Amino acid sequence: MKRRVLPGFGLSLGYVMAWLGLIVLLPLAALVFKSSALAPSGWWALLSSPRTLAALRLSFGGAMLAAAVNVLAGLLVAWVLVRHRFPGRRLFDALVDLPFALPTAVAGIALTAIYAPEGWLGRYLVPMGIKVAYAPLGVVVAMVFVGFPFVVRTLQPVLESMEREVEEAAASLGATRWQVFFRVVLPLLLPTLLTGFGLALARAVGEYGSVIFIAGNIPRLSEITPLLIVEKLEEFNYAGAAALGVAMLVLSLLLLLLVSLVQRASRRWELPR
Amino acid sequence: MARLFALLAFLLLLGSCSAHGPSSQLLNVSYDPTRELFRDIDAAFARDWREKTGKAMTVGMSHGGSGKQARSVAEGLPADVVTLALAYDVDMLADRGLVSKDWQKRFPYNASPYTSTIVFVVRKGNPKQIHDWPDLIRPGVSVITPNPRTSGGARWNFLAAWGYARRLPGGSDESARDYMAQLFRHVPVLDTGARGATNTFAQRGIGDVLIAWESEALLARKSIGDDKIQIVIPSVSILAEPPVAVVDANVDIHGTRKAAEAYLAFLYSPEGQEIGASHFYRPRLPEVAARHKGEFPDVNTFTIADIAGNWKAAQKKFFADGGLFDQVGPGRGDKP
Repeated sequence: MKRRVLPGFGLSLGYVMAWLGLIVLLPLAALVFKSSALAPSGWWALLSSPRTLAALRLSFGGAMLAAAVNVLAGLLVAWVLVRHRFPGRRLFDALVDLPFALPTAVAGIALTAIYAPEGWLGRYLVPMGIKVAYAPLGVVVAMVFVGFPFVVRTLQPVLESMEREVEEAAASLGATRWQVFFRVVLPLLLPTLLTGFGLALARAVGEYGSVIFIAGNIPRLSEITPLLIVEKLEEFNYAGAAALGVAMLVLSLLLLLLVSLVQRASRRWELPR
Repeated sequence: MARLFALLAFLLLLGSCSAHGPSSQLLNVSYDPTRELFRDIDAAFARDWREKTGKAMTVGMSHGGSGKQARSVAEGLPADVVTLALAYDVDMLADRGLVSKDWQKRFPYNASPYTSTIVFVVRKGNPKQIHDWPDLIRPGVSVITPNPRTSGGARWNFLAAWGYARRLPGGSDESARDYMAQLFRHVPVLDTGARGATNTFAQRGIGDVLIAWESEALLARKSIGDDKIQIVIPSVSILAEPPVAVVDANVDIHGTRKAAEAYLAFLYSPEGQEIGASHFYRPRLPEVAARHKGEFPDVNTFTIADIAGNWKAAQKKFFADGGLFDQVGPGRGDKP
């Protein structure tokens, strides 16, 4: 066997496996085990019911929309924070983390207060026909809020370490500013953007606390999947709740896998090393 | 989280002071809107217990949604007593052998020391002129009630409305079902809990009428002010009987059976009843009820036994998967 340069591979790998097993795999195994109490017909009835389908559509569709919004807004914010120097920059930088720190229920209440028909923004939006609070749009707004820091925080270190010489070289070779951005900077950032997208997506799919305050929770319209799980638990239907959890888990895994596949494909633009 | 802390605090205390002999700590696992009530009850009971036995006794509390709290106890939260919103939740504990099957006979009045009823909260001056159940389904009236699938309190709301419609002269399951379908067409938001619904109505300004427990309505009026909201008592309503029970499996381990029974009995004492009334729960004891007659107007009530037999039957018929609420509740997609 070839000797490795770094010591302790066997031991550290053992720790990694034990830790991942304890923290991640064990709870997930318990979830799958609980859901196995449900017969195949029960699974089918649960997953094919219009209510479940609508909730899954809102949870995953809303999360993808929110993650996409966060990628665009996050790119802009990270760019400004890294590339420009202006008074208050550090303050803005610190503000980015706020959605991490705030209990999500507080965020939900605050967002609802703002977008409710009599709220600060709601009183102008609702007469224009834009209903945010107590509508599916509110779900997306809450998801954007909780997912926002992920994109900014994954982009910042990459932007900081990006060599400006590359951009300067492109410019000196006659590229316009838009060409530099779209053909040089963006391809370099794409894998990181996708990482941020995946993180924001995962965060939004699992979000419960803030969403239930603003959603209105009307079945088939503004009801997210985690709420359906809570309903099942409320009637002591552990198997049904676990089954919905497994369904969410599988869908999330598939989505994250897809994101990482796209990411791998996007790496072909990376500079050869 | 609060549950976790209560559990940790309890375990610490258990470890530190009850290595020998019975514990001097009780854990009461209750539902959400009873925080203020039990803060006063616990202090009064501790005093009473010291006077009678010369020993110190403190009561730890855990609050949360009624169903969630019952689930925690089933999963090992070491409650000595439970004081929940629905007999259904205690029945679940009885099914799992934690509470004795005859728990409703252990204490007077179906083991329910105080009652409440379901009332309407409307905006000041009652601009939409809402006086009784038929007014809720008039065009242009918007009704706030939480989701009965997630809120124990909302199940009482649902049953109150159902009972009104079902018990009308000539009423049938079909006509009651029709009323419920119409009612839920007027519900724009389904909060997950009773407090959430109160906030949606009072703080967010959504809806013309809130269906609520009388105790919640009176508390809301006290904190929000009667210049903003007022309470309307419908012609008939349901008698809400929040149950209490000793968790037999746990008190025998903790050696706290005597104290736990004394604690629940204290709720029936004149002092306990007086405290209950001051927190807007209707007293059972006739002498205390007489003193508070002005605060609690007479209501024509029916019980759950009158309309559904028992909670298990009600749960199955109305709130289970595919039950009546799923059939007639909001978001069915066949809105007019």
